[in-house]
Amino acid sequence: MKTDLSPRMKVALYGLLCVLLVPFVFPTWWMITSSVKPISDIFAFPPDIWPRRFDWTTYQKVFELQPFARQYWNSAYIAAIVTVGTMIISSMAGYAFARIKFPFSNAIFMIVLLGLLIPSEVTIVPLFQMFLSWGMINTHWPLILVPIFGAPSVFATFVMRQFFISLPGELEEAARVDGLGRFKIFWTIALPLAKPALGAVAIFTFLHSWNLYLEPIVFISSTNMFTLPQALTQFTDAYGGAMWNIQLAAATMTAIPVLIVFIVAQKQFVEGLAHTGLKG
Amino acid sequence: MSASASPNSKRPFWTIARRDAAAGYIFIAPQLLGTIIFVLIPLGLVFYYSLHEWNVLANTFTFVGDANYQLLLRDPNLPQVLWASAVFSAGLVVLNMSLALLLAVLMDQKLKGIVVFRTLFFSPVVVSLVAWTIVWSFLLQVNGGINGLLSMIGVEGPNWLRQPGTAMISVVVVQVFKNVGLNMILFLAALQGAPKELYEAARVDGAPAFKQFRRITLPMISPTILLTSIITIVGSLQVFAQIAILTKGGPGVSTTVLVYYLYQQAFQFNFFGYGSTLSILLFLIVAVLTFIQWQMRKRIVFYEN
Repeated sequence: MKTDLSPRMKVALYGLLCVLLVPFVFPTWWMITSSVKPISDIFAFPPDIWPRRFDWTTYQKVFELQPFARQYWNSAYIAAIVTVGTMIISSMAGYAFARIKFPFSNAIFMIVLLGLLIPSEVTIVPLFQMFLSWGMINTHWPLILVPIFGAPSVFATFVMRQFFISLPGELEEAARVDGLGRFKIFWTIALPLAKPALGAVAIFTFLHSWNLYLEPIVFISSTNMFTLPQALTQFTDAYGGAMWNIQLAAATMTAIPVLIVFIVAQKQFVEGLAHTGLKG
Repeated sequence: MSASASPNSKRPFWTIARRDAAAGYIFIAPQLLGTIIFVLIPLGLVFYYSLHEWNVLANTFTFVGDANYQLLLRDPNLPQVLWASAVFSAGLVVLNMSLALLLAVLMDQKLKGIVVFRTLFFSPVVVSLVAWTIVWSFLLQVNGGINGLLSMIGVEGPNWLRQPGTAMISVVVVQVFKNVGLNMILFLAALQGAPKELYEAARVDGAPAFKQFRRITLPMISPTILLTSIITIVGSLQVFAQIAILTKGGPGVSTTVLVYYLYQQAFQFNFFGYGSTLSILLFLIVAVLTFIQWQMRKRIVFYEN
């Protein structure tokens, strides 16, 4: 398909791409610019694509109305633990399923794959009861344990297995002749080679944890323990109406760090995702 | 053991095969135990709960057999809930797949600055879901940005999220733009993996671009289309935050999808038994859909490595 295009075709394509971009880029732009508009301007007519007046106090109010710094920290540390934990567990399991021969490994793999069939929404009621009986409601444990061991990590294990299957066997054979054990081979040979797949798993896992919404609102009830997605929806006035500019300022603060990381590491990001073995 | 002593018993117990097996079990133990504790046992429990009436406030837990399933069949809301889920999933999959494919083909062209476009189309994937949904709910207000832009060209927009005709469309569209970049990248990777010689040959034969696309591109990337469609459909059945933030299932129950209904029944009305029954229904739908698509793989997928 990669033929050189005529100049006229190129102009037409650029035009088409720019039109298509609008619904992808405009909402983020609108979120950022509206967050610094005074409340009287955010529903201005005609709408101001660029703010006429700036009101930076919205960003201050975000922290006054809720323990937003604390909630930010909650989301960040939970996502960090979940990401590292998933990387450890899924790379180990993926490696074993792909490269170690042991009795029942296929049957066990099938059992684990069931985890993919069962989204956590299906099991949310019993999970709530389990964590209730363990005294873990209104703690962060459910938000850490369920993703590390539930469907998301099974997906990660599947991705890692697909990657390890594609590794050539000679490297390991050489190491075995040298007398290296499985743990050494895994740690010093297989894992360093698996960086692209691990990167993809890390991205998926981080975004999944960062975005989790149903689980936090089921498991967590006190404002101090809230995660960001939960906190974002709480900026309302006494009548339950949304305080739009403050909500959008908080949303901007939630979105921007990940967006910056993404723009800086764009290449690795996209190639990592393309590398998840989903090609077939 | 010593009774059956043979020349072999002189060999060390820890043979390479046994060592390997031990390592294998240790490596998979966390994942296996985790799956059992946090997936399989809860699945068993959800079925067990579905056979009970569970009043949390009165602290009663009584076996009622298939009463919850009878209730499911008689629930006046359920047809509409299932319809809403089906419309949402179908709309999402069709729009998402076709837009992703269009974008992937465009991103595959030789154009300067195409990487910038790729980045921008992908960017909503990394904007947090709730932030993305909140800004859209702001845009879709009756006096919000979308209607503001529409009125500049003289069109009076509807109250998108509060009307039965537009609420579901709005939710689908918001979700499509959020995640289509992901499928775009997967399709793009598949397109770039398609052997260039086939296109060369087709060009020599004078096959027009559309024919090349239908005869070469589509079959080559069909495994990716299948896998992404499974992921997208199953993902669409899990949609919750978008509904909770944009419409709260309304107006009426027109956008109440199954997971949202389940959440309402279990955690807002405290009907844990009936909520569990709805969970079983969700599980069955996911399982059946995955099975059907897995079977379809044999018919539709032309090329597999």
